[in-house]
Amino acid sequence: MVVAERKPIEEILAMVADFKKVLLVGCKGCVTVCCAGGTKEVGILASALRIARKKAGNPLEVVEHTLERQCDPEYVDQLGPMLQENGFDAVLSMACSVGPQFIAKKYPIQVFPMLNTTFIGGALEHGVWAEFCQSCGNCIIHNFGGLCPIARCSKSLMNGPCGGSANKQCEVSPEIDCIWHLIYDRMVELGQVEKLRNVFPIKDWSTSRDGGPRKIVREDLKL
Amino acid sequence: MKAGSNLEKVLTSGHFAVTGELGPPRGASVEAVEKKASYLKGVVDSINVTDNQTSVVRMSSVAVCKLLVDMGLEPNLQMVCRDRNRIAMQSDLLGAYALGIRNVLCLSGDHNKFGDHPQSKNVFDVDSVQLISIVKMLRDEGKMLSGQECEGVAKFFIGAAANPFGDPFEFRVTRLAKKIDAGVDFVQTQCIYNMDKWRKYMHMAHEEGLTEKCYIMAGITPLKSVGMARYMAKFVPGLDVPDYYIERLKGVEKKKQAAEGIKIAVEQIQEMREMPGVAGIHLMAIEWEHKVPEILEAAGLLPRPKVD
Repeated sequence: MVVAERKPIEEILAMVADFKKVLLVGCKGCVTVCCAGGTKEVGILASALRIARKKAGNPLEVVEHTLERQCDPEYVDQLGPMLQENGFDAVLSMACSVGPQFIAKKYPIQVFPMLNTTFIGGALEHGVWAEFCQSCGNCIIHNFGGLCPIARCSKSLMNGPCGGSANKQCEVSPEIDCIWHLIYDRMVELGQVEKLRNVFPIKDWSTSRDGGPRKIVREDLKL
Repeated sequence: MKAGSNLEKVLTSGHFAVTGELGPPRGASVEAVEKKASYLKGVVDSINVTDNQTSVVRMSSVAVCKLLVDMGLEPNLQMVCRDRNRIAMQSDLLGAYALGIRNVLCLSGDHNKFGDHPQSKNVFDVDSVQLISIVKMLRDEGKMLSGQECEGVAKFFIGAAANPFGDPFEFRVTRLAKKIDAGVDFVQTQCIYNMDKWRKYMHMAHEEGLTEKCYIMAGITPLKSVGMARYMAKFVPGLDVPDYYIERLKGVEKKKQAAEGIKIAVEQIQEMREMPGVAGIHLMAIEWEHKVPEILEAAGLLPRPKVD
């Protein structure tokens, strides 16, 4: 899933400093799962904003609403009637950065991101998420025991660990596993370590962001 | 001859080779380059010029190599994968050759997080093993990665680094083998202090026949003080400084520690000269270039051979 985290409250307060009434929109997709922008987090942020502004003697009206998803136009369309009637100064989106962009495309109102969209990843344990994919557009992890050196090696090395690998840790931080140590251990476990002996060829990055912003068109699904 | 560099001539003629290292200045001072180079003149077979080492911005490696060429010294161009994509790398390689540079050392590069611009975007389009294959293709096929034929072929003597002390240890010889497969002619190692582990590594490399396939040069960095030894042991990932060297430096009074560090380096060099498969040493006297002649003199490695 897309993993995100909320921006610091000070940054958000600065964004909304000139407003009197905002619509805070959550998303029931990935950001609900990673506890960053679902109904619950919308409630928490709305309360925090109201309290801070009331304390400052400059109350802010925050209307809460959570969409099924913000990355599909059919759900974003549902905001239309609310935005027409209520005289909002701005929309605050608690989705990944796709959400505010979909809203901005649809409505002539200022939109602000409440989250920093961080990575494609998964939960390691309750409250801990890590990056697993860099969406290079051409998955090669089967060559590495099912582990991704592109996203998980700090240098995206494809031919083994650099000289900075020590005690299974990456030189960049003891908080980061050396993925190449894990790949090595895994290939030993699978009895396939000799496969790492071959030079892995230079990667074609044209399927990644390096080829320009990407688009998938599925003719079989188009209406 | 693949490239005809002095380093290649010294190694192929069977001499025990010596390379030095020069870190470019953090500025545009030609004098700073000339000063460091003057200590290395005539005492080493080739001089590595580091490429923004530790991700700190310094004078361009290609530019400093050219300054050395103009001074009559032979440079070894270090090139890292951190800051350039395949377009810039090939372009710089062609330009370096045109400027008279004949050795290149292919490296992944220290991560930018460690340097003076941790906010920078890194590249890592290719890795060091793949970079070796690019330099080889330019040289042996006269072609770029795109298949484009080169107008004038850049013939480099191709080097790489090896760190026998990184983890997992069992994979380190495999990684060397991959670099040889990719086309490396010579290898310079990370600073060696743990001689037992080094012997084990060389034994494994020898068993795999790797010492026959490329020239392995042992990395030596003299320890200036017990403080430096402790720092390297503790804070440099992938470096292994055994306690006995730290104890030995601790055992002498402070102003004699530098001399003791040089003594250790000389002993190491002498052992390297006796070790099968070790083709030479790479002496990295970090910000201590002026001590290089003294160390090499004491190790009996002067004068350097002249090979035509």
